[in-house]
Amino acid sequence: MKQKRVRYFDYSLLFIVIFLICFGLVMLYSTSSYNGELKFGDAAFYVKRQIRATLLGFVCMFIIARIDYHFWKHFWLLAYIVAMGLCILVMFVGEETNGSRRWLDLKVISFQPSELAKLAMIVFLAVIISNAPKAMRNFRSLVKVIVLALPMVGVVAMENLSTAIIILGIAVALVFVSSPKYLQFILVALGIVAAGGAFLLVSLLDENLAYRMERIFIWLEPEKYEKGFQTLQGLYAIGSGGLFGKGLGASMQKLGFVPEAQNDMIFSIICEELGLFGAICVILLFLLLIWRFMVIANNAADLYGALLVTGIMAHVAIQVILNIAVVTNTIPNTGISLPFISYGGTSVLFLMAEMGLALSVSRGIQFEEEPEPMAIRRTL
Amino acid sequence: MQRNKTYNRKKILIVFLGVFLVLISLTARLTYLMIFRSEYYGQKAEDLHERERDIKAARGEIIDATGTVLATNRTVCTISVIHSQLQDKERVIRVLCEELGLSEETVRKRVEKNSSIERVKSNVDKETGDKIRAYGLSGVKVDEDYKRYYPYDSLASKVLGFTGGDNQGIIGLEVKYEEYLKGTNGKILTLTDARGVEIENAGERRAEPVDGYNLHVSLDYNIQMYAQQAAARVLESKEADSVSVILMNPQNGEIMGMVNLPEFNLNDPFTLNLQQPEAADSSETAEPGAEASDTTGTETAAELTPEEKQDLLNQMWRNQCINDTYEPGSTFKIITASAALEEQVVALDDSFFCPGFKMVEDRKIRCHKVGGHGSEDFIHGIMNSCNPVFIELGLRLGIDNMYDYFRQFGLLSKTNIDLPGEAATIMHKKENMGQVELATVAFGQSFQITPMQLATTVSSLINGGNRVTPHFGVSIQDSEGNLIEELAYETQEGIVSEETSETMRMLLEKVVSEGSGKRAYIEGYTIGGKTATSQTLPRSANRYISSFIGFAPAEDPQVLALVIINNPKGIYYGGTIAAPVVQEIFSNILPYLGIEPGETAEPGNSGEAVGEAGME
Repeated sequence: MKQKRVRYFDYSLLFIVIFLICFGLVMLYSTSSYNGELKFGDAAFYVKRQIRATLLGFVCMFIIARIDYHFWKHFWLLAYIVAMGLCILVMFVGEETNGSRRWLDLKVISFQPSELAKLAMIVFLAVIISNAPKAMRNFRSLVKVIVLALPMVGVVAMENLSTAIIILGIAVALVFVSSPKYLQFILVALGIVAAGGAFLLVSLLDENLAYRMERIFIWLEPEKYEKGFQTLQGLYAIGSGGLFGKGLGASMQKLGFVPEAQNDMIFSIICEELGLFGAICVILLFLLLIWRFMVIANNAADLYGALLVTGIMAHVAIQVILNIAVVTNTIPNTGISLPFISYGGTSVLFLMAEMGLALSVSRGIQFEEEPEPMAIRRTL
Repeated sequence: MQRNKTYNRKKILIVFLGVFLVLISLTARLTYLMIFRSEYYGQKAEDLHERERDIKAARGEIIDATGTVLATNRTVCTISVIHSQLQDKERVIRVLCEELGLSEETVRKRVEKNSSIERVKSNVDKETGDKIRAYGLSGVKVDEDYKRYYPYDSLASKVLGFTGGDNQGIIGLEVKYEEYLKGTNGKILTLTDARGVEIENAGERRAEPVDGYNLHVSLDYNIQMYAQQAAARVLESKEADSVSVILMNPQNGEIMGMVNLPEFNLNDPFTLNLQQPEAADSSETAEPGAEASDTTGTETAAELTPEEKQDLLNQMWRNQCINDTYEPGSTFKIITASAALEEQVVALDDSFFCPGFKMVEDRKIRCHKVGGHGSEDFIHGIMNSCNPVFIELGLRLGIDNMYDYFRQFGLLSKTNIDLPGEAATIMHKKENMGQVELATVAFGQSFQITPMQLATTVSSLINGGNRVTPHFGVSIQDSEGNLIEELAYETQEGIVSEETSETMRMLLEKVVSEGSGKRAYIEGYTIGGKTATSQTLPRSANRYISSFIGFAPAEDPQVLALVIINNPKGIYYGGTIAAPVVQEIFSNILPYLGIEPGETAEPGNSGEAVGEAGME
């Protein structure tokens, strides 16, 4: 029997992404209209810019989805070097906002190199690991791969610690997935926890390190510290949402109480306006998205594709988790945006590019056995 | 090409499950925050968003016996600009300059200042406010507010009192009846953003204000006006420091008039009407009205420290009739005589001899008439205001009786008038009282009472023996005139017998018709009264207080007047300068009160009586 070449395209992922994007734009408009009106005299200021970036992102996504993902294999080293170079460049010529240089002004658009760094790291590691899968059985190789990722992490960490943590998280996820071992990971995890605990203990005893503890103290008792203002305002927003929220557009906290509500704290406004119900819906949407990544990764035609999608999955999952954890004051405050929803052109552009990559991988899935009819689209 | 191995798939699943678990726990955290902590955080957030704005309740009016409004409210406006809503700034500046009479520079500064809301001018007349509102300028806000307003400026200023910035009473009736007058402020709860700017259409919550009740007082605008004019004339002609007049109904204690010159302008109570402290001793304080002294007041204010200014303001606001005490002098002989008659230690035909002095223990206490009144009966003793007669009465009564009668007459307690800050009587302690003290007290010296205390006690002695509570407040009504509360006051009956009271009325009528008070006599009326001239402490300063207490008609007193002239220049005898003031007031107000003239005896020709007596 001649085997049919059944090609697959993950429309579920596409629709989830489109839905998330549209929902995000609505929430962004609701959240940013006050700040936009106040600062730029245009309530739609932020949402207009976000729509422009999103449209550009869609174009990128569809182009990348059409291109065979193996094409990007050639650029693994280039991507790493260019991303690294831009991250170094931004330290010297970047635009300074809130004491950090994170933006490169390209005249037409401004651009955040650290967003590129995440994508570059995913491609870089996926290529390296898939080229020598056997080596991954060796624990030393695992360490070597992590060491390769560290320069990038270090450079990014100079200006943006949160992004560096995400990049490191992506690297760890990829290494974990590529290795058949468990024990070593558990030991390393325990080791990190122990080191962290020891660091905390030393900090408490040593006055010179005490200032590092400030974030911890703010986290524990945000009401007592001036810098706990943002966290506290976020909690007020979340708490006043209740079960079903105040209704779309009815947030009070977005009126200047939560600073820059359209950025990292947008989830707190979603909670306030849509309530616990809306918040759980958003979490479920992200869970669906991550589930689709898992399905694609598990069914990818090769390890390279699987690792690419795993990296993307790790990226989105880490950001969602850290963002919600910060907003709910579950962990100390650090600036991490909520994918697809927070304001940020570069972020949405690269996320869309990653979605394109994931869709491209999904196109590579080939079913050799009788496929389930529902999940299959036929192409020539 | 490397295949995706089984263990890879397994690990991807583990990653997914890990993410799943973490998201579940975050959902649990969210549920905790949004359900169980919702009330706590929600309340905190609400406290942050809500701004409470008071809607002022209109303060109740003070209305006199004739229905004349003595204290009311005026609507004033506050003009502000809201920077973010301004459209045509130049037009706004032009209009505000024109309407408010401010310099362009001032207005421009306010309008161009980049703040959420900037006050341009407050206390603007409602008319001007309405005019500005009519322009319909966007970004210009006209807020209405109430301000206390006294239509007659300085009339009964120390009685009415005034209100402060929050519309709360500061002195006088405004303080005493604060609870009735103030009303309950309403509230608007509005939502604001982080800058404090109100959010429109946010659905405000309102609590309507409840206006204060009106206070109806027994004070009569016309009587007060007559009394004030008469007092002003004597203040000016005698260059006195101050003149006080109390006019009351001796039957029930209602006060019809209370003048304390110099009065001050209630609409401008923080401007001093007094002269500079150095000049206060000079004779230039005779300026009657507060309004005439505005210029000197401001000049003075510039040189004073805030404490000094506050002291002077407090001085200016004092109600001398109630807050200050003085030695009553001969007017007090009414009380001594009443006590003696009541105790029956004296009869009207008892004869006395006045050699010009009386020895008490080793002291020689002089009569005001150096040569002495010679032989006289008790009736002439009181007509002549003869000191030795009253010393004798005092000694006959004895310390115990004298003290008991003081207590019985209510002299040792306060009058409980409905004005704040009443001073208590300053009297010798009973155990420190010797014969000399008893003798001096008997003719009104060596102790101090308030003018109000004297007027009230005399009222009670001549009205048949009912100790009345002097008062202004009659009733509390709402703005529609519905009675809310009839104010009731205590009356203590039988402090002297009706017989003694009648005798006193007769004796005091003789003082005016034939004795020292003849200058208070009015053709066709029976008037009772008593003069007094007392020297203030220190005696060496040669400063006097001239006073006269009078009532009419003598048989059935309907009005009692007490006039006190503090530190008059030239002639200072009470019978000469205070009695005519009562005469002037009575001749105006008796017909006004509907008391028709009847037949009375001609006044006699007794000598001038002065209560002054030195102790040597």
